[in-house]
Amino acid sequence: MRENKSVLFVGVGGQGTILASKILTEGLLKSGYDVKMSEVHGMAQRGGSVTTQVRFGDKVYSPLIEKGKADVIVSFEKSEAARFLPYLKKDGYIVVNDYEIYPIPVLIGKEKYPQNLNEKLAEIVHNTVIINAAEIAENLGNVKAQNVVLLGALIKVLKLENINWEVVISDIVPPKAIEINKKAFKAGIEI
Amino acid sequence: MKKIIMSGNEAIARGAYEAGCHIASGYPGTPSTEILENFAKYEGVYAEWAPNEKVGFEVAAGASIGGARTLTTMKHVGLNVAADPLFTIAYEGVNGGFVVVTADDPGMHSSQNEQDNRYYAPHAKVAMLEPSDSQECLDYMKAAYEISEKFDTLVLFRVTTRVCHSKSVIELGEKKSVTVRPYEKNIKKYIMIPAHSRAKHYEVEERLEALRQFSNNTPLNRVEISNKKIGIITSGISYQYAKEVLGDNASYLKIGMSYPLPDEMIREFAAKVEKLYIIEENDPYLETAIKAMGIECIGKEIIPICDELNPDILRKAILGEVNTLTYTTDIQAPSRPPVLCPGCPHRGIFYEVSKYKDIISSGDIGCYTLGMVEPLSVTDTVICMGASISAATGIERANMVSDRHDKKVFSFIGDSTFFHSGVTGLINAVYNHTPIAICILDNRITGMTGHQENPGTGKTLQNAPAPMIDIEQLVLSCGIKVENIRVVDPYKLDETKKAVKDAHDSTEPFVIITKQPCALIKDVLKARAGLKCAVDEQKCKKCKACLKVGCPAIKFQNGVITIDVNQCNGCGICMQVCPFKAIEKVGE
Repeated sequence: MRENKSVLFVGVGGQGTILASKILTEGLLKSGYDVKMSEVHGMAQRGGSVTTQVRFGDKVYSPLIEKGKADVIVSFEKSEAARFLPYLKKDGYIVVNDYEIYPIPVLIGKEKYPQNLNEKLAEIVHNTVIINAAEIAENLGNVKAQNVVLLGALIKVLKLENINWEVVISDIVPPKAIEINKKAFKAGIEI
Repeated sequence: MKKIIMSGNEAIARGAYEAGCHIASGYPGTPSTEILENFAKYEGVYAEWAPNEKVGFEVAAGASIGGARTLTTMKHVGLNVAADPLFTIAYEGVNGGFVVVTADDPGMHSSQNEQDNRYYAPHAKVAMLEPSDSQECLDYMKAAYEISEKFDTLVLFRVTTRVCHSKSVIELGEKKSVTVRPYEKNIKKYIMIPAHSRAKHYEVEERLEALRQFSNNTPLNRVEISNKKIGIITSGISYQYAKEVLGDNASYLKIGMSYPLPDEMIREFAAKVEKLYIIEENDPYLETAIKAMGIECIGKEIIPICDELNPDILRKAILGEVNTLTYTTDIQAPSRPPVLCPGCPHRGIFYEVSKYKDIISSGDIGCYTLGMVEPLSVTDTVICMGASISAATGIERANMVSDRHDKKVFSFIGDSTFFHSGVTGLINAVYNHTPIAICILDNRITGMTGHQENPGTGKTLQNAPAPMIDIEQLVLSCGIKVENIRVVDPYKLDETKKAVKDAHDSTEPFVIITKQPCALIKDVLKARAGLKCAVDEQKCKKCKACLKVGCPAIKFQNGVITIDVNQCNGCGICMQVCPFKAIEKVGE
């Protein structure tokens, strides 16, 4: 029996968490895992806080991850990592995009955005991986590929490098985005 | 067969296709939308978006009478709109198999209430199925068509957000080839005048008895016996949560056909186990029925009615366990409510209306509900699809009968919602001469549900060209006077401001139509890709006037105002509100 693993993707509506989790689930399926994935549609996608949950193993029942049971949290936006921290398993990993998106209450001065988040998160969670995925993706030619940079980093944390991710990426992304996404994935996995 | 991963919605569409469903009609609504979108892609089927759920339901019902296998899909509140034909088609029965999908939204991820539509099945006296994952979505759809034709009833197919929008591994089957049944005139079956309906009601009750016997013998309801100390009766996604938490430490009666309930199976199962729990999300639908059978069980005493169920809640409720091996933090993540997108055309009119402090604003269901969010804060009430105009009329009537003349009443409604059920409210305002300001925000798409075509977009669900309903002509023909109609580009604040003032000052029913496509439509994204606004730091006096438009792309940090180039689409609204001309358009 392989123990079930859970990955929680968190971010802001419109950041592309769904594509990253789609590549992950397809790869896991191809490798013979039972997989479930749950995503959020509708109103929250309009700039709200969004999550995509992926669970895999020999047999998965609940598509939802319990508090304290996520092996990895991949945070596409920094403060979202803090919001969902109670879902992380003791000694789990957080992969954090060094990227801030200010919500309206912060933009209009009603609330404060937390400062020194990288340091604070690293202090609380021993296994914190902070990546400037936006900068890496931009240097590769398209800032939008930051989600696949983060995916690469996640695969390394999950130790799933043996799956042929390049094939999965080629199957899923549109033809003209294959090269950049392969590069983004490689950059992520090599961090 | 090859294993693939599909969402519940994709699997429902696939199931309908494999069952030989010929025709589908419905209205978008989270979490149901992707069912029709996916069904429409299959070869040889007909699928359409109807202007509302009642129309969609009736198209499907008519198609069934005509002999085709048919499907209608909607979110939970959509079934309220379609409830009228539901209750009568329940009497008429079917010719071709007829499945009605109701997608409930426990937790209200994207809904205005948390109604539990399982109650519709006993209320309308129709069969109901409840799948718990994608494979069951596919398999149960095929079973639903068989049940529908065998028992001459429509089948209510009840799913929830976590079934619709969770993906799991499934095996596809073969498509069954089903021919459309012949249509034969049968007025006693298809005309529900009182004399016919009286006879039909007896048939409906007999049918329920036959369905009850079927429910007790179908593999859709199944018993899994392991540890008999704990017995669980459950249905839908709650089954997955129960298995996750209790695994083999309990026995299960998993109910897939939840109306009529398998009463004999329930009795038998209850007798086998020591302690019986009913695990269900939201209302005590199963529990009330089981307790009414005189069976002792535990349900809502420990499992909440409100909000979405999850394994955490179950673990605590049944096992008393709380997982403490996690992390806590005092870092306060800022609240992140949904907002109007950067470049959203709705922002212009809400900004202009937000300057008035003497208005009451009646909102509607769609992206523009977000006009309520600070700093725009332009909405006082939202009820349901299409209610903005009619509720505004009522508010104005309350003002009139109480001689309150200090507030002008505005209503806001999108194009798709106007076609859905707003137009009747407008007709009422004209007919009864109620002087309200009606703002129809035409962004050429059904936005919030993820961009579906509608009668105004010029395209059908299956991508055929269609005539575009002209909202201005429609409003005119309903009797709004030509001098009381303004059509404006909401990206242009000057003309929007003038229209809002004219509407505000008018003593007659008045209509403003804003025309600008949704900023997220693919062609719009492409066309505006290079358009940006930028702040000239030399000219900026940090007066923060631009922050009042509530655009997520504009940031005030460390004493500097900046515009995020990745988010901005150059709509220019901030530029027009800047008193120092410190914001300029860049790019082309």
